[in-house]
Amino acid sequence: MATKEYAFYPGCSSQPGASASNYLTSVNSMCKTLDIKLNEIPDWNCCGASIGYAEGGELPRHAMNARNLALAEKELAGQPVVATCAACWLSARETKERLDHDSTLKSDANEALKEAGLQYNGTSEIKHMVEVLIEDFGYEALKKPVVKPLEGLKFAGYVGCQTNRPFGIQGESFENPVYLDKLVETMGGEAVAYDQKVTCCGGALAFSEPEKAQKQIKDIVESAYDHGAEMIVTPCPLCQANVEIYQGDVNKRYGTKFNIPVLYYSQLMTLAYGGSAKDAGLNGQLIKAPKLEAFAAKK
Amino acid sequence: MADQKIAAYICQGCGLGDRLDTKALAQIAKTDGKAHLIREHEFLCNADGVATIQKDIDEGVTHVAIAACSRRAKTEAFYFPTVALSRANLREGVIWIRPEGDEHQETTQEMAQDYVRMACAEAKRLIQPGGNPTAARNTTVLVVGGGVTGMTAALEASKTGYQVVLVEKSSQLGGWAGKLWKRAAYKEPFADPADTGVAEMAAAIEADKNIKVYLNATVAKTDGAPGRFNIDIATESGSVTQEHVGSIVQASGFNLYDIAKLPELGGGVNQNVVDQAGLEALAKAANGGAIKRADGGAVNSVVFVQCAGQRDDSGKHLSYCSGTCCLTSIKQAMYFKDQNPDIDTIVIFDDLRTPGNGEDFYRSAQKKGVTFTKGKVAGVAASGNGLKVTFNDLILGDENATIDADLVVLATGQVPNSGVNIDEKVEEGVDVKPISILNLNYRQGPDVPQLKQGFVDSHFICFPYESRRTGIYPAGPVRRPMDIAQAMEDATGATMKAVQAIENAAVGRAAHPRSGDLSFPSFRAEGCTQCKRCTVECPFGAIDEDEKRFPVFNEARCRRCGTCMGACPVRVISFENYSIDSVGSQIKAVDIPDEFQEKPRILILACENDAYPALDMAGMNHNEYSAYVRIIPVRCLGSVNLIWVTDALNSGYDGVMMMGCKHGDNYQCHFVKGSEIASIRLSKVDETLKSLNLETERVQNYEVAITDIERVPQLINDYAAKIQEIGLSPFKF
Amino acid sequence: MSDLNTQAKEKYHNNFLKEVAANVEEGDWVKMCMQCGVCSGSCPFGPHWAHPPQEIFMMIRAGKREEVLTSDSMWMCTSCYNCIVRCPRKLPITHIMHGLANYAHRLGLAPKNQPTRQFAKLFWNNIVKTGRVNELKLSLGLYFKDGLASGVKTGMAMSSVGLGLVKAKRLNPMEILGGHGCKDIKGIQAMVKKAQEIEAKRKGFTAA
Repeated sequence: MATKEYAFYPGCSSQPGASASNYLTSVNSMCKTLDIKLNEIPDWNCCGASIGYAEGGELPRHAMNARNLALAEKELAGQPVVATCAACWLSARETKERLDHDSTLKSDANEALKEAGLQYNGTSEIKHMVEVLIEDFGYEALKKPVVKPLEGLKFAGYVGCQTNRPFGIQGESFENPVYLDKLVETMGGEAVAYDQKVTCCGGALAFSEPEKAQKQIKDIVESAYDHGAEMIVTPCPLCQANVEIYQGDVNKRYGTKFNIPVLYYSQLMTLAYGGSAKDAGLNGQLIKAPKLEAFAAKK
Repeated sequence: MADQKIAAYICQGCGLGDRLDTKALAQIAKTDGKAHLIREHEFLCNADGVATIQKDIDEGVTHVAIAACSRRAKTEAFYFPTVALSRANLREGVIWIRPEGDEHQETTQEMAQDYVRMACAEAKRLIQPGGNPTAARNTTVLVVGGGVTGMTAALEASKTGYQVVLVEKSSQLGGWAGKLWKRAAYKEPFADPADTGVAEMAAAIEADKNIKVYLNATVAKTDGAPGRFNIDIATESGSVTQEHVGSIVQASGFNLYDIAKLPELGGGVNQNVVDQAGLEALAKAANGGAIKRADGGAVNSVVFVQCAGQRDDSGKHLSYCSGTCCLTSIKQAMYFKDQNPDIDTIVIFDDLRTPGNGEDFYRSAQKKGVTFTKGKVAGVAASGNGLKVTFNDLILGDENATIDADLVVLATGQVPNSGVNIDEKVEEGVDVKPISILNLNYRQGPDVPQLKQGFVDSHFICFPYESRRTGIYPAGPVRRPMDIAQAMEDATGATMKAVQAIENAAVGRAAHPRSGDLSFPSFRAEGCTQCKRCTVECPFGAIDEDEKRFPVFNEARCRRCGTCMGACPVRVISFENYSIDSVGSQIKAVDIPDEFQEKPRILILACENDAYPALDMAGMNHNEYSAYVRIIPVRCLGSVNLIWVTDALNSGYDGVMMMGCKHGDNYQCHFVKGSEIASIRLSKVDETLKSLNLETERVQNYEVAITDIERVPQLINDYAAKIQEIGLSPFKF
Repeated sequence: MSDLNTQAKEKYHNNFLKEVAANVEEGDWVKMCMQCGVCSGSCPFGPHWAHPPQEIFMMIRAGKREEVLTSDSMWMCTSCYNCIVRCPRKLPITHIMHGLANYAHRLGLAPKNQPTRQFAKLFWNNIVKTGRVNELKLSLGLYFKDGLASGVKTGMAMSSVGLGLVKAKRLNPMEILGGHGCKDIKGIQAMVKKAQEIEAKRKGFTAA
């Protein structure tokens, strides 16, 4: 199979030393196995995330996203833009939908982009990494490189919000998307059924409304535990961070003893493809995943 | 009868030959059934079997008893219209409901033998109907009412090739629709009010040679029956003309609930509070310009109050939803918005009901800027030059929210114009003007019976448009509240039924549920005691009385349910193909084992419309039931004459189960009142039982639905257990 | 009350629905709400909204301008998009809530110490400065938003988390000195400024 190339939009949290740097590590390992070449969009900027609206407003936010897309169009013409972060993907797609369907907004955005010497045409397709895996490869193709199936390991596939709504992955239901479970099973692991698969983790409000967000996190983790999961797996950096980082606070607040590792799908895939703990970025876990470390060490 | 030649056929197909001793059955047909000709056949419904029967008929057989499957199966194969035919249900009724195995063989075989005896006995008492002597064909349809429903009915009947007499009480065609400025959107894209189309329809009627219109006219008298109705048409001038018609479409429509009954909402108190018709009048006067108030004042804000005097649970006003007023208010709000988008139009609703594509119309109004507020209006009062609407805002929880308005429209409901309630059951809150629509010269009253809230009973569950008066089909809002689109559809359906009624009457055929039945009730005047039970109980008003109070049967009105036969205490009423004797002889044909055998016999009289099909389907599912029952299908429980029950108990049956349809307001009886009448009659049986020193449990009445496939076998088995418990009847000989 | 606010009120003759339709992101959709309440029932923070979306829509139609714009309800939106996918009328509810919050914020009516409002402001300023998020400065900014004393307290409470992240190489203390950023930061800032100007013109944010 020929190398597949994409215009890559890693997003702020995937930068070295940022909260999802381990995500990028594992994505790179995974892509190597699958012969995916990620060409980073030169000088990409922040998408504005979900919280950018209040101060940023509408047009400045779209301009920020349009800039990334314009850069991709210019420098990496013909390559679909792929994002690994749910918020980056959502923001970019939202901008594309709005600009492509609203000519005033598009010309306004282009007027602003002119200041940065760029123009948005709307020629690039935008994909989440998960879409690349499912649509451009398919479960069968993803299964082929599996050399170490994750046998006997139980995962709660935590889809969360932004890869799921409002766009979602083609063909999936908003209320019960199954792609993550299928990915886990494709890697030989067991996906447990539980009822908080698409519950919001509180998103950016984990910072500003910690108490309310931690109630959400507690519900998610508790349900994963109750349904026999040993680990949680997610496609979203903010989901990962919130659900992992705040388990300590949740324990204090609710008297629970949660200590469940939260991983990215790309980490599982890297390991199933025979990668090392380091390839998978397991050292980036705040809550260590000893079962996976042992699995990785196993020949 | 001397010239009777009875043939019995025993089928061996479908496993009958394996499970039953058909030779013994043939023997029974000979010895007990007294059949003149008996044949066993390996597969009776195949071409050879059918040809065999036909050949026998050609060679002189007059009565055929077929012992095979249910009478509801293979009706096309076993169609021999020239002879009387009975069926012994050995398949669904015996082998499919009995377990296999030697220990069951004896009782199963006995069951089959009894059914053969019964079929032979029945066949002997049947006569192939000779046809209705009063059959008449008149191809004119009377349409009462010249609104959209009536006009549609007239045009549809004409298109189908029938003549029409249309009677309209006002001076012009159009009804309520004619008073509208526009109608709600009825086709893609369901976005804007549309022309009513009334003028075009009226013009089409005027141009139609098949349609004769009487304006300013009412129906002064209706007598006769389908195929031969005589109609007196009275005009305003006082002249009366007689028309002869074959069937009738009653499209008498509705009136709006009187807003004067809603003074708290300003109805009848403030001239700037109008009903929806009032707003239409203002819109018509504006003719596309700015709609003004009656006092000439400008309207800058208008509030629509939904459910005014409707969906009322206090008992003061209409309890039901008219289902059309939401769309009307949406349309009327558009009148304002389309003319001037700056006019505030607020619709205060509790539940906005916009069925079907009405949802698109609702959305369109929202796009136009009509505001929809969920709330309950408490009052409308004068305020300055305008009005103040006080309401409970159900979303924001403000119980005393107010809105100022220049004009308020009350969305009141539709009250059917259905004439006299012949059951005199005046429901509260319903204003039925006691002016007859049809002035039927019928023993049971001048109008079509009503069901609820003054709407005529048009039995829409199973047979839309069918009233309890054969050949008279209500259509439009007199049946239930509806809008123009629904009324037009309704009119088309009712017209089809009216045409059907004409053709049925022409050949003396019954309308459904016994469609095609050529029999009719006859009575022996010598035995009649003029007790009037038959004329009172007939659910279809088919029987009048002559001056000596003898019943006068109007065959074309009759639905052949047999309720008159069941009612008659002296048993003088019968049908050629269904009589006291045809059932009674079956009851008596059953071989009752003596008390020492400890084999009870239970008679089941099962309604042929629901209970019997349910029993057949129980058989198809192989749901077992007791071998001690003997089932006889009846046309309706209303046709069950108590003599059958008495005879059964006297001849040693241990119990009688009666299975009929659900009765009451949500009745499922195909003959409307049959099962209800039967249960009233049966309520008097208890005393008879006691006088015979029998337990009251020996006669039981059940409501059975066609879907009770699991339940019916259970009822039977429970009852059989009950009989075991109370012991065998002492009346065994 | 700011000039912008008075101006907006006058321009729309107190017709708040029209004002929202013209000035708020996707505000034209508000009139299409059919009051079913699915949005309110679907919101993860639903119980914490003084006025859930269904009510907000009704309040807009009822002209309750101040109550809506000063409410902290919209600031409860976690951007989970549950309301959007479930709305039978397909209203872009999440965007409308964002738009309302932004509008209230611009008019100066949004509650002053609303933490999400403050966080959002910090966030945007953070990204406009370098083109990318500086997570350390962002978190520190948030902890010190209420002043130094409470900032130290929150900072202490969060320090274990922070240390953990540093150890896991997911938080770089060196970011305080600058950290990641775009090369063409000038172009980005000029672009954002231009976008703000256009938007202000379109939405009447330019004081007369």
